[in-house]
Order: sequence, then structure tokens, then C-alpha cells
Amino acid sequence: MSAVTNVLMVGVGGQGIILASSILAEVAAESGLDVKKSEVHGMAQRGGAVSSHVRFGKKVYSPLIPAGEADILFGSELLETYRWLPYLKPEGRIIANLQRIDPPAVFRGEAKYPEGLADKLAQRDSGLIAFDALKEAVALGDARVATVMLAGALSARLEFEEALWLKKVRELVPKKAVEINLKAFQRGRMLAGLAA
Amino acid sequence: MRKILSGNEAIARGAFEAGCEVAAAYPGTPSTEILESITQYPEVKAEWSINEKVALELASGASYAGARSLAAMKHVGLNVAADPLFTLSYTGVQGGLVVVTADDPNLYSSQNEQDNRHYARAAKLPMLEPSDSEEARRFTALAFGLSEQYDCPVLLRSTTRISHGEGLVELEDRKPGPVTKKAVKDPAKYVMLPGYARPRHPLVEERMKKLKEFAENFPENKIEPGDPQIGIIASGVAYQYAREAFPHAGFLKLGMVWPLPEKLIRKFAQSVEKLYVVEELDPFLEENIRAMGLNPVGKEAFPITGELSPELVRTGVLGPSAAKKIEFDKTIPDRPPNLCAGCPHRGVFYALKKLRAFVCGDIGCYTLAAQPPLKALHTCLCMGAGIGQSFGMEKALGPGEKVVAVIGDSTFFHSGITPLIDIIYNQGKSTVIILDNLTTAMTGRQGHPGSGVSIYGRPAARISLEKLGEALGIRTVVIDPFEVAQVEKVLKEEMEDGVPSLVIARAPCVLIPEFKKMKKPAFAVSEDQCTGCKICLQLACPAISWVDKPDKEKKRKGYAQIDELSCTGCGICSQVCGDAAILREEKN
Repeated sequence: MSAVTNVLMVGVGGQGIILASSILAEVAAESGLDVKKSEVHGMAQRGGAVSSHVRFGKKVYSPLIPAGEADILFGSELLETYRWLPYLKPEGRIIANLQRIDPPAVFRGEAKYPEGLADKLAQRDSGLIAFDALKEAVALGDARVATVMLAGALSARLEFEEALWLKKVRELVPKKAVEINLKAFQRGRMLAGLAA
Repeated sequence: MRKILSGNEAIARGAFEAGCEVAAAYPGTPSTEILESITQYPEVKAEWSINEKVALELASGASYAGARSLAAMKHVGLNVAADPLFTLSYTGVQGGLVVVTADDPNLYSSQNEQDNRHYARAAKLPMLEPSDSEEARRFTALAFGLSEQYDCPVLLRSTTRISHGEGLVELEDRKPGPVTKKAVKDPAKYVMLPGYARPRHPLVEERMKKLKEFAENFPENKIEPGDPQIGIIASGVAYQYAREAFPHAGFLKLGMVWPLPEKLIRKFAQSVEKLYVVEELDPFLEENIRAMGLNPVGKEAFPITGELSPELVRTGVLGPSAAKKIEFDKTIPDRPPNLCAGCPHRGVFYALKKLRAFVCGDIGCYTLAAQPPLKALHTCLCMGAGIGQSFGMEKALGPGEKVVAVIGDSTFFHSGITPLIDIIYNQGKSTVIILDNLTTAMTGRQGHPGSGVSIYGRPAARISLEKLGEALGIRTVVIDPFEVAQVEKVLKEEMEDGVPSLVIARAPCVLIPEFKKMKKPAFAVSEDQCTGCKICLQLACPAISWVDKPDKEKKRKGYAQIDELSCTGCGICSQVCGDAAILREEKN
């Protein structure tokens, strides 16, 4: 219906979803597109769930992605990615971190972390890009770059130039951590290439 | 130059460009970032005010002196500032005065979802409502001009999706405000004695008539012609949802939601076959349009509660059959926000729960203690309310009931001092606990009068809570919230002793720099010692988790474990553990 691309980015407070969605929005804007991004701050901190809607195209009206119209679901935590699966278009694509973060009821032993979620994601997107970004980031030398690594994987699913992505990563991550974030971004691109 | 800005950043930018010189606010989601963002412009003198009333009074003083000024607040903050607002409508301004109200449909971080468009009508003031970041910037600048032109404060209404949504904004240079700065002695305008105020009221009514005429030709109230079968009147983010749902419909987009352009609305209504009013929350536009004798479709089709969305607009117009069937898996666990590992509030609430106290609460991170498993906070009404409520309960229930008030440090300065004085003056016996974490934590760690930090992150005057308590003549005790037994003992004594007392539980929020000095080595659970009693899990600490592993020999279903990385070494869990199973890691 429209030429707007919808990317729903979800995760847990503190993982860097807002940073990742800012990188994407800046890349789209610098490519000459109209962009809107929407998220809720405030209570979303303190380990709560976080979601950010990023929409870009010739002209974007609603800051929210209409239900069931996400082209890409980007999740930095497995359960959160699964939670938002109904927002994905039938032909939508998924980039998922396999990392699990227990919600309060689970860490208190009152509920179980659901099993088989990665399989459920794969049933929706046969070309699912999924890896344990935390493990990969630790292997690279800094656990904090996990979500930027996932952004690298996301870049493999969108038609923006790699140089533009790298420029925006450079601009938006903390000065001291530019090099490791660029490395993480490229590692993410590579992992997506292998998975695609 | 184009830049991606949030609505809040765009409001700050618009104020800067319009030559705003003074800006004040008390932090409150979703408005907080307006003032945070304005601090990047050295031309604007910004401050965190003690509360919204003071913020507006300060901005009005700057306006009287000829400076363009802005006060920003969340929707409920305008309740606090309503007193100066209504009479500012009479006195008017010198320099442009803009009052930003950020409403929170769907209560993402609020205690109600009131619709502040009613304030514009009630206080007889114009209100602009932007629908994206670019309009947020532009409308803010327009509001300053309107304020001077019509000699009144101008309300700018945002909502969470505008304030926290981001979009492309065209940046312009700063232009100075047009008014000469000077303290003008004009009692008939600025001294609202009845004799002076009475003749101001007809001027207010006259102004609103003129503003109504202005609204007819205001370029931001515009008809966007389209398919005449569906004609939609909308403003703010609701316009964007409606446009998304019906890109080809005819629109009357209102940039000014009060007063309304009656002729323009009639003209639009005549040009379409079916008229809809799409608005979030109350039928504000709808009822005023009905009063014109028109009959739009409104709240019978679109919900009055919560926020709208493109789907809700689509199904409102086309009927429920047009709804996309989206079903979430409701069997999976939620992920609510939680008190942080090492949060100094945790020990106080654990003690209060043990003492079976009725806890009159307040607004801040600590309101999260109402949730299971702590369930140790029993009221939350508005900023500062808990203290007065605890005194009211004491009066109703008589002595001997275990009722206490808890309030955060920032909230106490905002509106907890006056009810505390009320208790002392009226010889109450209440116990008031200030949870002093040295910051305004929930909204993102802003400074306040007790923190010693200004909005610019620089040193500011620091007001001592204990000296304040002493000056008021109330018994004041400072406790370390991490010493659980001591906390329990002090609270028990203070609740039972029959005199009023102020208990200050002081330790820094784990998210501020002062905390670094407090951090200690992590604790660990001795897997061997743990009996699996789960008492530590009742603390709701995100660093403690349960391992399901039944062990017949040990007669337990599993054991607790502590995540070494998130544990701050606060030690509360080791104090509540009856089996001495939780020890500092270094000792293991």
C-alpha cells in the first residue's frame, strides 16, 4: 500500500535499543528519506520492556507502526522478540538476539522462561538472522556492543550504503568506544551474511 | 539544516530560535527533556524549579520584565501550576510567555490521563497543538508571538507520542524577542486586587473574541481537500494516525485547538459527506463542534480512554470488521519495571512490610514497591499527597494504627513540606519517611534543592533535610537504609512513640555518580547452606534468581543464586537470610 518501511525494535531497558534505533533513523534521514521514530521513556527504564518504532519512506505520517505491518522485527532479547511477533507482516523478516534475560516472575521462580522461541521465530521467517550477540560481543572484548552488532546484522537486510551506517555508528556511539563498535557492527554484517 | 529531533528537543529548539531567555520546569514524563535540551543554548537561563507552580511563577516574572519565557510541565504538573495560570490570563504578559503541557494518553508514566485541552477553555487562553517535531519547533516560536500580540500566556499541548517521537526538523537561527526589558510599574495590569481584576475580566473576554477571529485565518488551521466521502477534523498525533489510516480523505487539520475557528469548521463540514472528529481522550473538539449545531461522528466510534492508533481510527470509521486480527501470546511472562539491584529503597519497604504498616505512598521510583512481591506501598495519589493522607488516616483511625508516609527527596521538596508543617502545627503524631537518594530518580536523575546539583550539572546550593526538620521542631532521625535491623527498630519506635517524627533514609541512587563510592564486592549464595526458603526472592532484587533443582536430601526444591555482575554488594539479602547462606564473595 505504501512505500514506507517499518522496523520495530524491541528489547530490555539498558540494552541499547534506543541507540540502535537512532542509528537506523539517522541513516534513513541522511539517505534523503522522511523518518519518524517513536518510543516511550520513563517507566521503560528499570529493566522494563522497551520498544522503538522506526518508519522511513518518502512521507511518513503515523509515528507508530500500524499493527501487523512491521517489515522487520529487530529484537535484542529473545522473549521480547517473540512477544512482538504478531506485529510482523506475513512476509516480514526477523533479526533476533538469542540472549535470554529473565523477567522478574522468572528470576523469582514464579514462572518459566518459555522454551522453543527461536524455532517459533524461524517458522515465521525461514531466513531468520539469529545469533547470541552477547556471546559474540564478549568474544570481541566488550559486552556493551551487542546491540550495535545486531544493528550490523540489520544493515544486511536494508538497502542503505555500508559507509553511511559506519558514519552514523561513529557519530552516535561514545567517543571512547568507536573502534570496538565499528568492529561489532561489521561482525554483525558478517553473521547476517552467513545466515542469509 | 535538517536534523532529527524529538518533540521535546524541537520545543526547546523553537524556544531558542524565538529568543526565549528564561525557561523553568520540574521534571515529569513526558516533558522532562524540554528543559534538559534547552540547557545546550547558553542564551537561555534554565532551571529546575522546586515545582511547576514555582516554574510558572518564575517564567511569568521574567515575562513581566519583558523577556520571552517558557514553563514546561507534564499534564498533572499544570494542576499544580493552575493557580498562577488562571490569573495570568487576567494580567497578561510583557515578553511572550509559553506554557507547555505534555499530556500522557495511555498513562505510560502517570497517575491519570487527564486531557489538558480543558485548561485552555477554563483559563480562557489560546492553545496550540503540534502534530510532529517540525510543528513542535514552529508552533513554539509562533506561540511567543501570539502571546505578545494578544497579551496572554499561550498554552502549547504535547502528548507522549509527540514529545518522545522523533522526526526531521528544519533548523533556523535565533532571533531576539521584540519587547524591551524593563520592570514596568502598572498596578492596574499586574496587581490583581478585586478593584483592578474586575476590569481585566472584560478584556479577557474581548481577547478571546479576537483570538477566535484570528483562528479563522491562522495558517496552521487548514483544510486539506480530499475524497469528500470522509471528512476528518483532527489535531496533534491523532491527525497523523488518521492520515495514515485514510491518506486520501479530506482533512481539517487544527494547529490551534482553542479557541476554535467556527466559520472554517462549518465550511469544511459543508464540503464533506460524512464528518468525523478524531481526537485522543476527551471529546473536546467534538462537544464544541456539536455546540455549533453540527453533528460529527466522534466518541461513539473512537475510544475515550488510552491512546489512538492508525488501526483504531480505521476501525472507528469502517467498523470492527476492518480490524486486523492481531493476537499476542498472553501466556508469556510480562516484563514490568523493577527497583534496581542495590536500590536504597528496598530495605525500607522490606522493614515496613515486616512491621505490617499501612504505607501512604507518593510518586517516584519507590511507587514500584506497590507491586508484588514487596506490596509495601498502599496509596499513590499525586505529588506530596502521602503525608497529608497519613495524617488524615491517623485522625480517622485514632492512635495505635501503624500508618506511615513515605516520600522521595525530590517529591518532598516539590510538595511534601507544607503537609509536614500541617502535621506539626495540628499536633499530629505521624511518622514521615523521606527516601533520600539524592536525585530525582524516576525521570532520569535530575538535580533538586537537596541534591546540590543544578540543571547544568554544576554545584548548586544544597538544602539540608535534617536542618529543615530541626527548624520545624519535629524529631528528625537519619538512618542508613541498608542496615535492615536498624531500619526496622527505628521505624517501629517512631510509629509507636506518639510524637511526630521525620525519618530520613539516605543513600545514593545506584544510577548517580555518588553511588560509585558505595559499591562493595558482590555477595554470593552458598549453594550448600541455602535451604530454598525463598525469603531473599521476596526482596524483588533483579540480581537474585531462583534455580529449580529439587534435592531430597536437603529437603529443598532449589536454591537462590546471585548474579555477580549486577549485585552491588548492598547486603540487604544477606541480612534477611535466616540461614547465613549469603556472604560476600571475598569471604567464600
